[in-house]
Amino acid sequence: MNPRRKKRLFTVLAVIFGIGSAVGLTLYALQENINLFYTPSELVNGKGPELEKPTIGQKLRIGGMVVPGSVVRDETSLDVEFKLIDTGPLVTIRYQGILPDLFREGQGIVAQGTLIEPDVIEAFEVLAKHDEEYMPSEVAEAVKGIKHEKPKYNLNSEN
Amino acid sequence: MIPEIGYFALVLAMALSLLLCIFPLWGAYTGNLRLMRAAPSLALGQCLFVLFSFGILIYITLTDDFTVAYVAHHSSSTLPWYYKVTSTWGGHEGAILLWLVMQSSWTALVALMSKSLPWVLRARVLGVLGFLGVGFMLYTLWMSSPFERLLPYFPVEGRDLNPLLQDPGMIIHPPLLYMGYVGLSVSFSFAIAALLTGKLDNTWAKWSRPWTMVAWAFLTLGITIGSWWAYAELGWGGWWFWDPVENASLMPWLVATALLHSLAVTEKRGVFKSWTVLLAIAAFSLCLLGTFIVRSGIIVSVHAFATDPDRGLYILSFLAVVVGGSLALYAARVSQVHSEGRYRFASREVALWLNNIFLVVATLIVLLGTLLPMIHKELGLGSISIGVPFFNQMFAILIVPFALLLGIAPMLRWKQNTLSPLAKKWLVNVALSLVATAAWLFSSYEQVSALTFMATVLAVWIVFSTIADLLQKVSLQTSISEGFKRLGLSYWAMVLGHVGLAFVIASVTLTSAYSVERAVAMKPGDIATLNEYQYRFDGVKEIRGPNYSGHAGVVTVLKNDEFITELYAEKRLYDIGMQFMTEAAIDDGFFRDLYLALGEQMSQGAWSLRIYHKPYVRWMWLGGILISLAGFVVLADKRYRRRVKKEAQV
Repeated sequence: MNPRRKKRLFTVLAVIFGIGSAVGLTLYALQENINLFYTPSELVNGKGPELEKPTIGQKLRIGGMVVPGSVVRDETSLDVEFKLIDTGPLVTIRYQGILPDLFREGQGIVAQGTLIEPDVIEAFEVLAKHDEEYMPSEVAEAVKGIKHEKPKYNLNSEN
Repeated sequence: MIPEIGYFALVLAMALSLLLCIFPLWGAYTGNLRLMRAAPSLALGQCLFVLFSFGILIYITLTDDFTVAYVAHHSSSTLPWYYKVTSTWGGHEGAILLWLVMQSSWTALVALMSKSLPWVLRARVLGVLGFLGVGFMLYTLWMSSPFERLLPYFPVEGRDLNPLLQDPGMIIHPPLLYMGYVGLSVSFSFAIAALLTGKLDNTWAKWSRPWTMVAWAFLTLGITIGSWWAYAELGWGGWWFWDPVENASLMPWLVATALLHSLAVTEKRGVFKSWTVLLAIAAFSLCLLGTFIVRSGIIVSVHAFATDPDRGLYILSFLAVVVGGSLALYAARVSQVHSEGRYRFASREVALWLNNIFLVVATLIVLLGTLLPMIHKELGLGSISIGVPFFNQMFAILIVPFALLLGIAPMLRWKQNTLSPLAKKWLVNVALSLVATAAWLFSSYEQVSALTFMATVLAVWIVFSTIADLLQKVSLQTSISEGFKRLGLSYWAMVLGHVGLAFVIASVTLTSAYSVERAVAMKPGDIATLNEYQYRFDGVKEIRGPNYSGHAGVVTVLKNDEFITELYAEKRLYDIGMQFMTEAAIDDGFFRDLYLALGEQMSQGAWSLRIYHKPYVRWMWLGGILISLAGFVVLADKRYRRRVKKEAQV
């Protein structure tokens, strides 16, 4: 093989190797870090056409409304527990730390955490939106069909 | 009546922009000099009308005209006057008007400062800018006017500005960011004009470079201030969240950084021309994509703005026209572009090419992580989110070769190099960096993980290599003072930019590795210890501000029983929105920040508090400011001014 071709072959191989490893790494990192979103009913009854349920220990995101009266704070530590609802079953969220400023009962929130029991999530992050009219769009979509059952407290939902 | 005048001024501005888009481009096409000569006056005219309209919005906000929907929704009579001004860009409609102000001001600036350009090019640049202006003005007038009225039933009091936006950082963050975004439209216009003219030579790069530099510097500053704002205001001490809105500003920045380096090669060596043009197109397209992401609400974000599908659709169509049109033009013209220079593998050209590759890969990663959830959802596969670790891992991997290269590249010469004399220098630098990092970290911390050590070495390596190169270049001259004089401002800009990046890398590494936080429940008199500091809780005080009331937790910070400072961590309740806001108390320092956030009241007079100790976190913003200074320093470079004068005489 003449030196010029050899050089070209080397370059091409280097490029292929570079792209390959970049794509591989990216896919691997992606696979590790995709968190599926569930609503409380999807978590309990299963999600999608096959009604897939998350497994214990899985990292996931959940969005719903904080059930009024369900927030229980520990007297001595910063542990807090509350229940989330969308259209049906309740799911318990446990969290340690200070909740965001806009966390209120009856408000839509999104929590990220690990499933520790079929309907209990240990959250490491609880998000409430800055905007008082906010409802996470995922939650808004999930409760779309139940407008006639609008609870007594003001949800500020878009209807 | 006054708001209607503001609207009408915008209509006139759009009419002038439309003429600015048509006349010069048509003139350049047919060779009609009279049409081309109309461009600068049209550019100035539309700018005046937009500024007038913006002035009116500020006026009606300051005078509390709540018959105007925008003012009623984003301001209130109790808001301090400076936040009233801020509120003119705190909401969607006003933000877009601010965008227009920037867009038309840049256009006017180009019109004023481009006298040395040949008329055909000047007319085309201004024409393209006029087209972009029309796109945004039509959007404002059609679906996002800030002058809409709430008649006949208007509120007597406004809904107040979102408390989170009532912060000094928020006063300057959006204008700076928009200066950057819109500034990139100038680079874009130069690229399109050059493609239309069919002359992509180094003169084009020379003209485009200072504009790109300034836009990039503003973008850098805007992102830096945004990060600082998030840190100070969100109350949990985070400085970057990989939120879609943040990613939207990071992507154009990454591409613009690549563009700067590529422009340097094109100007000096006449190669990479078509690639540089593509980057200029990509940088501005990503700005538009960012706007689409932020404004359409298609992506769920913790801080996405009010959502409206129609608006999203408009921006998407505009994006399609701009990207599609420019790429089609690019495809049609790029085959005529030929590179002149030749270079070997060990050369500065290749080093800068690699720099571009890394920056583009980084952009693609951010793009993938930002758009994938959206695509996933549109395909009906359910909604997902991409976790922060994805971005962190990918950037942690990418930064290693990037930083190594960054230390080497400035020492390389154009065309070709013999590597062996340089290799010796690099080995010395590597050894020095290892020793210095070890001395630094092991003297400060008991435990140093391998990853932390490596990342810190990278930062130190960049600084040492930059200094070594500086000394080498100075020593070539007869005396040291002569050497420093001869370096030129472009060189100093590079030094600033690279050292700034080193500060950012060091800060990100050390803050991530050594930040500690504690959430505690404290009664008055309790003492909590975190690292070498003791925090004594002295109870809470009632506070009352112009438009809020609340509590301030008083905390005395001690170090070995010595008084350091007294901090007031506030919890505010804003009167109008009835929103709670944590106003963190920060004791800032060059080496560490002490950061306190007040939580909720618990039983028996106890309060929950969150205490953070964040080492070196300030270096991040210091680095960002240094990097942006690089862009402004280049402006003062005589090379650009002298050239302008010379060409003006011809």
